[in-house]
Amino acid sequence: MYRYFNYFLRYLQHQNLKTYYMKEIRWHGRGGQGGFTASRLLGIAAGMFEEKHALAFPSFGPERRGAPVLAYTKIDNKKIHDRSEVEMCDYVVIMDETLVNENIAKGIKKDAIVLVNSKEGTKFEALKDFNVKTIDATSIALDILGRPITNTAMYGALVAASDLVSLDAATNSIKHEMKPALVDKNVRIVEEAYKTVKAQLS
Amino acid sequence: MKKNKLFISGDEAIAIGAKLARPHVIAAYTITPQTIAVERLSDMVESGELKAEYMHVESEHSAISACMGASAIGARTFTASSSQGLLYMAEGLHYCSGGRYPVVMMNANRSVALPWSIYGDQRDSLGLLDSGWIQVYVEDAQEALDMMIQAYKIAENPKVLTPMMVNIDGFILTHTYEMVNIPEQEKVDAFLPPFETVNKMSFENPKNMGFSSQPIDNTEFKYQQDRAMFDAIPLIKETDEEWAKTFGRRYHGMVENYKCDNADYIIVTLGSVCGTTRIIVDELREQGLKVGMLKIRYMRPFPEKEIQEITANAKAIGVLEKNISFGYEGTVFTNVNSSISKTKARPFMKNFVGGFGGRDITKQEIRQMFATLKEQTEPSKTVEYFNLNVATDE
Repeated sequence: MYRYFNYFLRYLQHQNLKTYYMKEIRWHGRGGQGGFTASRLLGIAAGMFEEKHALAFPSFGPERRGAPVLAYTKIDNKKIHDRSEVEMCDYVVIMDETLVNENIAKGIKKDAIVLVNSKEGTKFEALKDFNVKTIDATSIALDILGRPITNTAMYGALVAASDLVSLDAATNSIKHEMKPALVDKNVRIVEEAYKTVKAQLS
Repeated sequence: MKKNKLFISGDEAIAIGAKLARPHVIAAYTITPQTIAVERLSDMVESGELKAEYMHVESEHSAISACMGASAIGARTFTASSSQGLLYMAEGLHYCSGGRYPVVMMNANRSVALPWSIYGDQRDSLGLLDSGWIQVYVEDAQEALDMMIQAYKIAENPKVLTPMMVNIDGFILTHTYEMVNIPEQEKVDAFLPPFETVNKMSFENPKNMGFSSQPIDNTEFKYQQDRAMFDAIPLIKETDEEWAKTFGRRYHGMVENYKCDNADYIIVTLGSVCGTTRIIVDELREQGLKVGMLKIRYMRPFPEKEIQEITANAKAIGVLEKNISFGYEGTVFTNVNSSISKTKARPFMKNFVGGFGGRDITKQEIRQMFATLKEQTEPSKTVEYFNLNVATDE
């Protein structure tokens, strides 16, 4: 009996090792595209709507519209004490394909998933070592929102391509955080992007 | 969705904490990275959510002056600043502590110019350690919010009547969003009674306040200020205990002992880097190394007794700080070393200095610091600038 209990404990520890592992996400966008908002939405989904812990923060400093900007989300199943910068990420989300260059390929784990807002199937030389998925987020945003603001489409794509948070938690984060007038359209954008990426994966 | 929890930044946590303390007067001048905190408070006053007077002053010097004036008539006051703003306030800081006005301030720790930098280190507040303010340093947004409320309870105690500065690392904490428990207003009201001061300026009971002194009595004023700080020490612990009973969160008063019992090697540090240090302590403990972290929460009053007790059996102690007093060593180190030198213990002492102007302090660097403590490299050199990218001829 005791032996089985020990096996069970070890099984639990093994599960913990698998799941208690911080995931780090890096968001690339241009000032005004909402990259930091997306990083916070993911944090809200994980922290407010699931039993997880999250930190979301921009690359610190002055903000300028149009300039390349970075944001980060850290997600874990336990309290996140680590306040150092993100060195190696598990997921990279690039909201504007003109930002892709050699530098963007730095600090990405080998088995990481890189999501790029681009026409389906576009190849990026700088990202050839990674598992790249493309999604035409601009078209989704233009269709539903009427404006090329792609943060929520890329958010939906990330939720589909990862097991960070559920689609429910993601749409709830939008209902919780965004102005009422923006909620419906952005929920539709997240769902549409999610569906598109899931279809690519199946 | 979780009740009474929000995913907010450190600045927003400060604003909510200040609001829950029901200040009558807020006087502040915005400065990065404190801006969002006072913007939120300004919004709350504008919307009527917070019944307070928000004074849009033209400088930090006026902010602290306005707070002193309001405090003199018995108002609970709040101000916030950072870096150059705090330095511009410096004259008023001494004035405020000398006048025994229990103003509470949030300081977003930021580098001081030149070179100009909006990013974080702790040279602004540590440079004002002698201004007579109680100084506490927080590790995350939750502690920031909680300390805003505890601060009033400590500062306004008749035995203390000393202003208090809540220090929060610029950007690393002020601009990072995380889950924060929001205390209920009724519980905060029960914890923090309204401000009552015997030193109240009023028409009914006129008093002379903010007066000058002569050589014959100045020392006695300074002595009383000094005693008030020491009187705050037991109160800081009691307040934290009471907080834990009411809200279920505990910060352990003057310092936090993180796995220092039986530790051979201890890093003493303060602010947000405590979090990253915890990770490394856990990691090295798993490898069988006896390491620990001593988190300094209060720099004034200084936790001398706590440091002496916790480090009594350590073989080596490193003090990690984002600060240097040019021409000597880091001020935190000077204080820690002074405490330890009054005991019989003679541990290996090292001062790790770096992380200036927002430079990241990495996990690898903290691992290396523990290795330095273990190997006791370069015993003749007390101060070690880590991750230094210029050639040295030392």
